[in-house]
Amino acid sequence: MTRTGFILANLFHKKTRTWLTLLSIGMAFVLFGLLQSLNLVFSAGADFVGATRLVTQSRVSFTQSLPMRMVPEMDAVPGVQRVMYQQWFGAVFREDPQIFAFAVEPQRLHDVYPEWVMPEAQWKAFIDNRTGMIAGRGLADKYGWKVGDKIPMKSNIFPQKNGSKDWTFDLVGIYDGKDEEWQRNTAGGMYVNHAYFAEAALFGGGNAGIFVLKLEKPEMAESVASTVDKRYENSADETKTQTEKDFQVGFVKQLGDIGLIVRWILFAVFFTLLLVVGNTMAQSVRERVPQFAVLKTLGFTDNNILGFVLAETMALCVIGGVVGLAIATSLGAVVAKFAGPMLPLAVDWRVWVAGVIAIVVLSLTVGLLPALRARRLKIVDALAGR
Amino acid sequence: MLSQIFAITRLNLLSVPQRWGPSLVIIIGLAGVVAVFTALLAMAQGFQATLKDSGRTDNAIILRGGSGAELNSGFGGDTANLIRLGPGIRKGSNGKPLASGELIVITELMKKGEKVNGANVTLRGVEAPSFELRPQLRIVEGRKFTPGLREIIVGGGVTRLFDGVAVGQTIRMRGSDWKVVGRFEAGDANDSELWADAGSAQSAFNRGNGFSAMRVGLESPAALETLKTTLTADPRLTVEVLQEQAYYSAQTGQFRGMISVLAGVVTFIMGLGAIFAALNTMYAAVASRTREIATLRAIGFGALPVLVSVMIEALVLSFIGGVIGAFLAWALFDNLSVSTLGQSFTQVVFAFRVSFQLVLNGLVIALVIGFIGGLLPAIRAARLQVTTALRGQ
Repeated sequence: MTRTGFILANLFHKKTRTWLTLLSIGMAFVLFGLLQSLNLVFSAGADFVGATRLVTQSRVSFTQSLPMRMVPEMDAVPGVQRVMYQQWFGAVFREDPQIFAFAVEPQRLHDVYPEWVMPEAQWKAFIDNRTGMIAGRGLADKYGWKVGDKIPMKSNIFPQKNGSKDWTFDLVGIYDGKDEEWQRNTAGGMYVNHAYFAEAALFGGGNAGIFVLKLEKPEMAESVASTVDKRYENSADETKTQTEKDFQVGFVKQLGDIGLIVRWILFAVFFTLLLVVGNTMAQSVRERVPQFAVLKTLGFTDNNILGFVLAETMALCVIGGVVGLAIATSLGAVVAKFAGPMLPLAVDWRVWVAGVIAIVVLSLTVGLLPALRARRLKIVDALAGR
Repeated sequence: MLSQIFAITRLNLLSVPQRWGPSLVIIIGLAGVVAVFTALLAMAQGFQATLKDSGRTDNAIILRGGSGAELNSGFGGDTANLIRLGPGIRKGSNGKPLASGELIVITELMKKGEKVNGANVTLRGVEAPSFELRPQLRIVEGRKFTPGLREIIVGGGVTRLFDGVAVGQTIRMRGSDWKVVGRFEAGDANDSELWADAGSAQSAFNRGNGFSAMRVGLESPAALETLKTTLTADPRLTVEVLQEQAYYSAQTGQFRGMISVLAGVVTFIMGLGAIFAALNTMYAAVASRTREIATLRAIGFGALPVLVSVMIEALVLSFIGGVIGAFLAWALFDNLSVSTLGQSFTQVVFAFRVSFQLVLNGLVIALVIGFIGGLLPAIRAARLQVTTALRGQ
């Protein structure tokens, strides 16, 4: 019998118990996977954003619009390659308010966001067509939009000059993200032509919500940010300029203390788990004291015995943990599909790394005490049942 | 029969201290489940209660049609003046219609302990009747702002969670300083806001004589329909008229739904885990007492008392676990002030509310889990073959 075989045989010497323990570990790791991915949504989530862009918003808050006259002024700041501006449109399509729609100047969007991938012909159509709009792949798929469709859209903020809040746009392009992370962000995004918006809207046309500054070099971020903010200091339109990453992080932090609550739950789950597995292992070792004594009599060293017990816990935790994380991965995909773009849940490699660390920590914590106990056994006492 | 059940159960329970380790698994497992369940729902409930309390049935909010939220809404002073003349609006203490134009601006404040990222907080420019429309709102420190000056009063929730808004401090907005002159408490969502004079806000934020929304007091809750019919029929206006309480309650749906789903999923998965753990423990408990149970059966105790006694042990342990969990949730979370994003894209400050009903629900869940976890092992115990069991080991 090989060592692995021996460990597995030991593991299943009480079938029911092992199965039950595996199941509870599995359940705990399903939860761990889901909650950890939720945690990632709330804490970071902006690592993929490049460092070459700054976001300028009003110092009061990003909902306070800034005047368009700032565009050429910012274009002229040394170190700024290109400026893009966007105005939140407040789009509602068939009662779905989870659409991130912005009015932008198409050419500037193209220049500043190379991460959005779309055939040049469609970019050109977007630039040339005043009533044009482009939609993210995810959003277009959700509603079955095709290039050439006329999309009726409501704005919950901006009426047209005739007082109606109903707008119609021509879908001239569908964009993809350059990688998986960006692709995920196409789920709720769309852009309309700012020139048309500015002309047709009853108000708000002369303003933009935020400016995105593409830098010549990432190192210039700090100097450009302070130049811009200094320029508008003490004016009615004071600005706050930060890196795009900080802006995104701030945006997510708005969700408030929910991340904290998730962390509490993770802690509760883990603690419970620790106890369940720990107890099972302790009991299992207790029952097999005579066996271990026999093994030692046969010539296995103390450290061999320690290794056996640790390997058993490790096996329990790894099997339960991996199965649990696998279930979490598929469950997460389902949840993300239903929750929409507001909750970009994904049990990805980062969750798996955290999960594997958790598995190792768990097996060491719960395995060590019983293992040490088995190692310390005195043959005579054990065989005599003392 | 009853006396048999009583005798065995007593024996079982008294022997629990001898197997603390395994019993603790049930207790702590269920404490975890119940604590998480109670805490999550206490959060949803606190949020809902805070918003629901903010609205009255005899107040109405008037928005530009199709806006959905105050933040998205806006109209000029002429529209506001037309609305003030609407029917069904009760007279205020000064004899004029109790109607108040309010201007919503979002400002950024830093949460306590946060240095980089601001969080959105509502700054509400209000006219004098706004106070009369919210009688629950009291100034608890300092004084009201003086109309025409750049002065601000701050809700208690904001003071508790954010920096730089204590009475006497100044907030810088659009190139000028606003002085915090007072603090108010309303016990609801108003506590998450900063208030300033509507006129000062209009001039500072370039809004001319425009407002975001109107708040009016109604002669009676039923007068809402009268006002709604008249205003929506008026060709000069494009507005929607909403009951204040309904307006706030509608905002809780999404958050409450999200938290309830989260609570359901987490409780279900954790509960399954706890059931497996309880099964494990009770199987072990039965196994370690095989000979004892067999002896009892041999001297004439029935199968049913044995079954019941195992079930009772499982239930008692789960109940203790449930109580500990509920207590933990209460001690750690009750009245804990937190904030999250509300409908207007601003922070709503609210406190967890661990209610008696929630605790009760938690305990029921604990007992259900205990029941399931105890049943199979109890059946095994009751079915024990007396002779083999006595011979065994």
